[in-house]
Amino acid sequence: MTVMTPTLTPAVGTALAELLLSMADDEFVSGFTDSEWTGIAPLLEEDVAISSISQDELGHARALYQLLAEVRDDGSDEDSIAYDREPDDYRHARLLDHPRGDWADTIARRFYYELADEARLASIGGGYRPLADLVEKLRREERYHRMHVVAWIHRLANGGADARQRLEAALATQGLDAPTVFTPLEGEAALVKAGILTRSMADAEAAWRADLTSILVPLGLALPPSIEHSPAGRRDHSAAFRWLWTEFTSVRRSEGGATW
Amino acid sequence: MAAERTLAIEPRDVLAALDEVADPEIPTVSVVELGMVERIEVRPDELVVELLPTFVGCPAIEIIRESVATRLASFGRPVRVEMTFSTPWTTDRISPEGREKLRRSGFAPPPHLATAGYGGQPGGRALPMVDPMFGLAAPVECPYCGSARTTLENVFGPTQCRSIRHCADCRQPFEAFKPV
Repeated sequence: MTVMTPTLTPAVGTALAELLLSMADDEFVSGFTDSEWTGIAPLLEEDVAISSISQDELGHARALYQLLAEVRDDGSDEDSIAYDREPDDYRHARLLDHPRGDWADTIARRFYYELADEARLASIGGGYRPLADLVEKLRREERYHRMHVVAWIHRLANGGADARQRLEAALATQGLDAPTVFTPLEGEAALVKAGILTRSMADAEAAWRADLTSILVPLGLALPPSIEHSPAGRRDHSAAFRWLWTEFTSVRRSEGGATW
Repeated sequence: MAAERTLAIEPRDVLAALDEVADPEIPTVSVVELGMVERIEVRPDELVVELLPTFVGCPAIEIIRESVATRLASFGRPVRVEMTFSTPWTTDRISPEGREKLRRSGFAPPPHLATAGYGGQPGGRALPMVDPMFGLAAPVECPYCGSARTTLENVFGPTQCRSIRHCADCRQPFEAFKPV
């Protein structure tokens, strides 16, 4: 994308880069993990849906990495940021570090993540115009993701004892580190001051919890106690993510600089 | 003479040329009919075209960029194609001609955002046109028989911009443009 990059003070630039990297890595890892369902989703229509959603997320990651490259202005581009890092240098939330798991795990993880992403996108202000413009566009697409995962929460919650038990178990295990999406950013205060964020990650997390509850309670479900665990942050990635990294970087590592 | 000829490039001529550039995923409609062309600027030293991507992750973006550059090469001036989100592309930007061509090719055109219950609030929490179990508030007509008795089979489809629907009258599955 071609945009005029507004001038940023070094402190705000560093903080903005941190925010963009966390947002982009979340979308990127989420898209790659869920694309593991392509060809083996439980229903043909769902195969189409989860594949399309994954494609959306990877596209969103690309746009965010492009913005990040412009902010850094160091010669990097979306591909080098996406593929040329070591596993420890990724900054996605621990929530997205889980292996794909079964369908209930995927739905529970997507439920936590999509609603968290929505709360985060709703926290982006007009302080950095290129990001605000992109977010306005992203939200038009993400609302379909929310609709999709909420429909599945309803379907599993009302789908008989086995489906409901699996959903409850998955909400508990995936909820363990779900709040890590809202891990405070080092430069958060500077971003709020610059109007790039309109509220803190803690405030966004509170809105997210209320949103989750408003969907779960009418279904006779509740936020699992495990979700109260303290956030593990965006570091110390799991063995599952290291495996995923070897998968999504394999082509890039086998033939550096190759193009289609 | 050559200089005079190049000075005579009119934006409307560039627009007419762009109307010949097809969307690679839906070749019956042009990038102009889709409402992707945001700005045309004829400069003494180059032609600048600003396009709005339909979907952020649309894999056709680079193909469209190349197709535009190739089509405009005949104007004899360097071409710069820029993609921007400064204005969000929405399905309401599709022209009446574009909507009719979509319908004739078997794609139901998207409901207008106002009638779909969007209310122009991209950040709105729920998607009012669709209830949690995928029931649609705004009817979408079958592109084959015109019936409004159609159901949404899958809000996602073979490309990011399409949904899959089914007509209860002519029993045809069909693709519908997803309103964004």
